[in-house]
Amino acid sequence: MSVLHIMVLIPFAFALLVPFLYKMFTPRIHTGWFVLLVPLTIFLYLLRYVPVISQGRTIQIHVPWMPSFGINYSTYIDGLSLIFGLLISGIGALVILYSIYYLSKHREALHNFYVYILLFMGAMLGVVFSDNVMVLYVFWELTSISSFLLIAYWYQRERSRYGAQKSMLITIFGGLAMLAGLIMLSMITDTYSIREMISQIELIHSHAFFLPAMFLILIGAFTKSAQFPFSIWLPDAMEAPTPISAYLHSATMVKAGIYLVARFTPVFGGTAEWFWLVSAAGIITLLYGSINAVKQTDLKALLAFSTISQLGLIMSLFGLGSAALYFGAGDDSSMYAVATLAAIFHLINHSTFKGSLFMVVGIIDHETGTRDIRRLGGLINLMPISFTLTLIGSFSMAGLPPFNGFLSKEMFFTAVLNASNMSVFNMESLGILVPVIAWIASVFTFIYCMILVFKTFFGKYKPDKLDKIAHEPPIGMLISPAVLASLVILIFFFPNVLSDYLLKPAVAAVLPSLAQGSLIDIKISAWHGFNAELFMTIGVVLLGSVLYVTLKKWKGIYRYYPETLTLNHFYNNFLEGGEGVSRSLTNRYMTGYIRDYLIYIFGFLIIMVGGSLLSLNAIAYNPANDAPITLYEWALIIAMVIVALTIVLSRSRLTAIIALGGLGYLVSMLFVVFRAPDLALTQLVVETVTTALFLLCFYHLPKYFKGNGRVPFKPLNLVISVGVGAVVALFALSADGNRLFEPIAGYYENSYELAGARNIVNAILVDFRGIDTMLEIFVLCIAALGVYLLIKFEMKGRE
Amino acid sequence: METIMSILIGVLFAIGTYLVLTKSLLRIILGTSVISHGVNLLILIMGGVKTGGPPLLGLDALSFTDALPQALILTAIVISFATTALFLVLSYRAYKVLGTDDTEQMRGNENE
Repeated sequence: MSVLHIMVLIPFAFALLVPFLYKMFTPRIHTGWFVLLVPLTIFLYLLRYVPVISQGRTIQIHVPWMPSFGINYSTYIDGLSLIFGLLISGIGALVILYSIYYLSKHREALHNFYVYILLFMGAMLGVVFSDNVMVLYVFWELTSISSFLLIAYWYQRERSRYGAQKSMLITIFGGLAMLAGLIMLSMITDTYSIREMISQIELIHSHAFFLPAMFLILIGAFTKSAQFPFSIWLPDAMEAPTPISAYLHSATMVKAGIYLVARFTPVFGGTAEWFWLVSAAGIITLLYGSINAVKQTDLKALLAFSTISQLGLIMSLFGLGSAALYFGAGDDSSMYAVATLAAIFHLINHSTFKGSLFMVVGIIDHETGTRDIRRLGGLINLMPISFTLTLIGSFSMAGLPPFNGFLSKEMFFTAVLNASNMSVFNMESLGILVPVIAWIASVFTFIYCMILVFKTFFGKYKPDKLDKIAHEPPIGMLISPAVLASLVILIFFFPNVLSDYLLKPAVAAVLPSLAQGSLIDIKISAWHGFNAELFMTIGVVLLGSVLYVTLKKWKGIYRYYPETLTLNHFYNNFLEGGEGVSRSLTNRYMTGYIRDYLIYIFGFLIIMVGGSLLSLNAIAYNPANDAPITLYEWALIIAMVIVALTIVLSRSRLTAIIALGGLGYLVSMLFVVFRAPDLALTQLVVETVTTALFLLCFYHLPKYFKGNGRVPFKPLNLVISVGVGAVVALFALSADGNRLFEPIAGYYENSYELAGARNIVNAILVDFRGIDTMLEIFVLCIAALGVYLLIKFEMKGRE
Repeated sequence: METIMSILIGVLFAIGTYLVLTKSLLRIILGTSVISHGVNLLILIMGGVKTGGPPLLGLDALSFTDALPQALILTAIVISFATTALFLVLSYRAYKVLGTDDTEQMRGNENE
């Protein structure tokens, strides 16, 4: 157990404390202040790794967990996981600080909120720091679950529940697909460690499971990162409180899928399938998200679609960058490695500007009571600080200088232009599509960024449409977005500091073959002269401005898109249809009659036991070893059959009960024959008491067979019971015919030496298996309590 | 002996199952008792019959019958006694509250 392991586990441990802290200090101190310590500690701790990792070193620590299954809680830090760790803890700290002002300590269920958010934080750290795929999977699903809980935080709202369920269904579906893919990988490589998988790339690439495993793992990544067509859950996830939207649904959790793609690029990268799947999914998502964002009227929905679009951008960059692995080390590969560098760079940039934008939108919502663009406007004079922050975030997202988004957007254009000149993977014919789509999507990105700024803060202030009088929020609420916004600007001016310390080690982690050859030698700079990228950006700004100004004229075309073709429509229909089908199917066999259920049970007994006897050729009949049988035993057995038949055939309850008693006594006589004195004695006693009990109870129970007094007969019951009898008899015969193992009873025959008892059966009960017997007594006590309570207490509390 | 015992166990199971599938609560309880007799005998012959003397040290027997099934059955007898008792009292109570011992009429509420 290292400190790093403890860092991953701290959020979980602290989550246990939160309810107590909440109880003790509310409403004096906001619970968030305590929780804030957790991400701060982790962030400061992780900062210590930055110098180590920037020298190109990686750290791996093993802690055996279930070594016999190959499952170890191994942590692994390289550039990639360090960036994610810093984002999770850093933005986590800012979000918690923001939430202290956002969530009222008087009205909200803060303990729930902070337990969930800590759960998420720990799970997310677990995902990025585990080397073992099984551990990674468990943490992965835990992030889905905590996301579900957080989206449904205001569970009284119907939309929240709908959004939570949707995100849960889609991400868990993807998680299970990913699990299957991970299991395939571990079957190929015979290890659960990602490091060891990467060392066996040739084996994986030549295996028949290569494509299925890749496909399944990508489904996991695409569902989590809201890639088209799995993107539909993200807009509905915006029902969560805004700090959560900023944290989970833009900065961290949705990037888990991107992390997975980056992490498995060394395994799958360099192949045409991976290149195309990842790039195409990313590019399509980029276009889909940006086009849809323009038509939104809710600010958070706009940001949700813009997040989808930006995630697509990062995803496509990782896809394009994976081509570098095809070329191995050399100039060609470092040309494509620009894409990977841009991906990681944009990942950080996106977290900064989108995080601050979400927080500002939360502020607007908080201070005006609405997020509807149609009701907002003219806030610039009332909320100047919020305006500045929005301006920084939006312009960065639009790719304008002097903000960090400009740098990564330029690199994105470089990457798509490089890719279009590629001569492998069929890029000769289709390559030109990539920069074209990227450019169109960027135009739409520019438009929605302008909507965000100008529709909210310019135009006419409409106080009559707002629930509250707009004003600046408390200063504490502005700290977090201000920190992020200042990062947006700082990164623009000092990109290479970030690049040297964090980005390059991360690129080395994603493209390991590159790191072994020449170190990645890319300088990020704002000015490259008048090149194609710059002209693309200028084009985006020009066309984007024209389209923004004329927005009203062409916005109507969105209405032509038929509602029935949307993914949401398909999802809702699928869910409703599925519910209907499963309900009618369930109603068909869940009749509510005990007899029907018993028939299923006995039917399955016949099919399973009889079927496996048949299919395993287990039926054996070997009368040679049979013990001899005496006349007395014959008499006993025949008497038992007669008595048992009497129970079922008699019309009087009394006869049946007496016959059951008789059967019990006959069984105890058989025990005598079989040299089991203890059993015979016990059976005699128990049978006597049972019969007495039956006689006591039957007095209170109604008569059998009302009406004609005849014993009713049901053919199906007879068939099933004869079937059960036949299968059990066959089973008994076969068990006797197949004696495969030596009995273990010889051990217990030393009972005098081992337990000091001459009665072996008793020694087994009270000594060798003493705890069993104790639990048996426990069962008796429970039954006795049940009997006592059922007789003694009338149902008083019912009315 | 084993063959005959296997058939006897089959007969006990068949009769017990038939009883359990009927509607009357009392007959269902009778059925479970019959089945538990069948189960006990089944476990017993698994260990082989008449392979030696009773499992008591100190008697002049050279070999013993298998003691393990006997220990298991001893437990089973007591547990089945407990469940039978609980079941009986439950049916008594159910009859008093619901006014019927017919399982077909004992169906639950709308939300089952």
